Amino acid sequence: MLQVRLHGRGGQGVVTSAELLAAAAFADGRHPQAFPSFGSERSGAPVVAYCRIDDRPIRSHEPIAEPDVVVVQDPTLLHQVPVFAGLRPRGTVLVNTGKTASALGIAELPGLPRVVTVPASQLGREHIGRPMPGPALLGAFAAVTDAIALPALEAALRERFPGALGDANAAAARAAHDREVASAAPA
Amino acid sequence: MPRLLEGSIAVAQTVGRCRPDVIAAYPISPQTHIVEALSRAVCAGDLGDCQLLNVESEFAAMSACIGAAAVGARPYTATASQGLLYMSEALFNASGLGLPLVMTVANRAIGAPINIWNDHSDALSQRDSGWIQLFAESNQEAVDLHVQAYRLAETLSLPVMVCMDGFVLTHAHEPVEVPDAAAVDAFLPRVAPAQVLDPDAPQTIGAMVGPEAFTEVRYLMHHKQMAALDAIPQIAEEFAAAFGRDSGGLVRGYRLEGAETVVVAMGSVLGAIEEVVDELRDDGVPVGALALRCFRPTPAAELRAALAPARRVVVVEKAMSPGTGGIVGADVRRALDGCDTRVHDIIAGLGGRPITKASLRTLLARAREDRLGSLGFLDLDRDRVAAELARAGTPTAPGGHAAQALAAAGLWEEDA
Repeated sequence: MLQVRLHGRGGQGVVTSAELLAAAAFADGRHPQAFPSFGSERSGAPVVAYCRIDDRPIRSHEPIAEPDVVVVQDPTLLHQVPVFAGLRPRGTVLVNTGKTASALGIAELPGLPRVVTVPASQLGREHIGRPMPGPALLGAFAAVTDAIALPALEAALRERFPGALGDANAAAARAAHDREVASAAPA
Repeated sequence: MPRLLEGSIAVAQTVGRCRPDVIAAYPISPQTHIVEALSRAVCAGDLGDCQLLNVESEFAAMSACIGAAAVGARPYTATASQGLLYMSEALFNASGLGLPLVMTVANRAIGAPINIWNDHSDALSQRDSGWIQLFAESNQEAVDLHVQAYRLAETLSLPVMVCMDGFVLTHAHEPVEVPDAAAVDAFLPRVAPAQVLDPDAPQTIGAMVGPEAFTEVRYLMHHKQMAALDAIPQIAEEFAAAFGRDSGGLVRGYRLEGAETVVVAMGSVLGAIEEVVDELRDDGVPVGALALRCFRPTPAAELRAALAPARRVVVVEKAMSPGTGGIVGADVRRALDGCDTRVHDIIAGLGGRPITKASLRTLLARAREDRLGSLGFLDLDRDRVAAELARAGTPTAPGGHAAQALAAAGLWEEDA
């Protein structure tokens, strides 16, 4: 089972991202579960959402305390919320930032997770016209994990946001995905 | 075909397929998404002639449902927490009048202190209201229970409450199969109501009954509840035959064979409990679990049959009766009257505190070492309680327990 914890701020689409992750996994025949942490649904307040993905039905509903992957939609949370709490050794961290992991001081975290920086707000601005970081972070997620595939993610985004908005979201996801695949390819 | 749906949406779609004639509800978290979705469906014309009543309170919602049921219409409402309390007087009227009603309760704590998160305090506070109370373990079961609830309500002419954990289930996106519309129609044929108010043949219901017959009327309510103990498993069986899923019924045992310790619980926490049972069984520890799917009426015979062979029973419950202890635990003890099985009430998950697998493992380790008393509180911060008790004992310290507990948790800034 893969366990993902997403951190962001109210209004940034954190809960939606968890749901889209689940939708993409479900389209590929996996058994997902997505749920928000509750009570903090205010614009700008720190928000947490969770997603589990497994090959069999998931019975537990407890919040994810030991995630395999942490997604940080707003880097200012790094200094405000213990976003890396419980992260599994050699887990994966995806951070929305135009800076490098070293510049953010998170290049060498305890447990040596793989830290992936994604200029997700910038990609959102370019493709969607708004700095929504969710689609790009999910696109990068599809590139660096084998939990979801890009076509399933694009389909989930188009279903969630009909018409041109869905295409724009899918484009942001694809751009981040391709950027990540290119950076991982040997020079 | 299962679809990935939010629990609330899956319930709303299923309720729609049960073809309610009247939906009367007042919004309260975490029930809101259910009624919002039904409201949209009514506006879109998807529910035929169904009337959606925007009422001014939960008391009005239940009163409107009582009126609808009394003229032979199929009503629906949903609520939670203080909303359920605000309905309380009407709840007793609905059951006393013997009206078929179905209501979803998206279980949430009760204030004060105000708390929007999940526990079972709301539904359990209404345990004497004469409603049948069913608890869903998953969103699939929540969906299935609504179909069964209408059948049960109309078979027995009784109100039925379907309880599902607020947020934990209502706001979770999981694969759910919404029952097929034609199959729901076949499962829920329109039946002639036991009593109908008809303007052409005026009569009154709910007449005054004096001491000469009130006991008998109340006994007949009890009798009807006991009849539900036969009807509930029968309807669950027919549901399984029609829809191919095991949902509902009175209790469901999990790995009970040879279990020395059995954990009893209601609702979504059973998922984590079953996973812990599996882990312990892998280590050769004889534990099992029992899901209490029907809280009212109490399936005493089924509880006794399932639990009497065990050495101890750990009742993990998300509510309590202050000054007494466990509520479900008291029912379990009564069902086990005369048996040697020990019963431990463990109050857990109040106001949304997660019941983690780690805590359950510790709890069961203590149970095996016979270190549990008759009443315990899972993950209780004893230092914080002790500090607050000490503070409250000093005459100059201001503030109530709630403010002080928040301050101790670093969530409240005290004025200098």
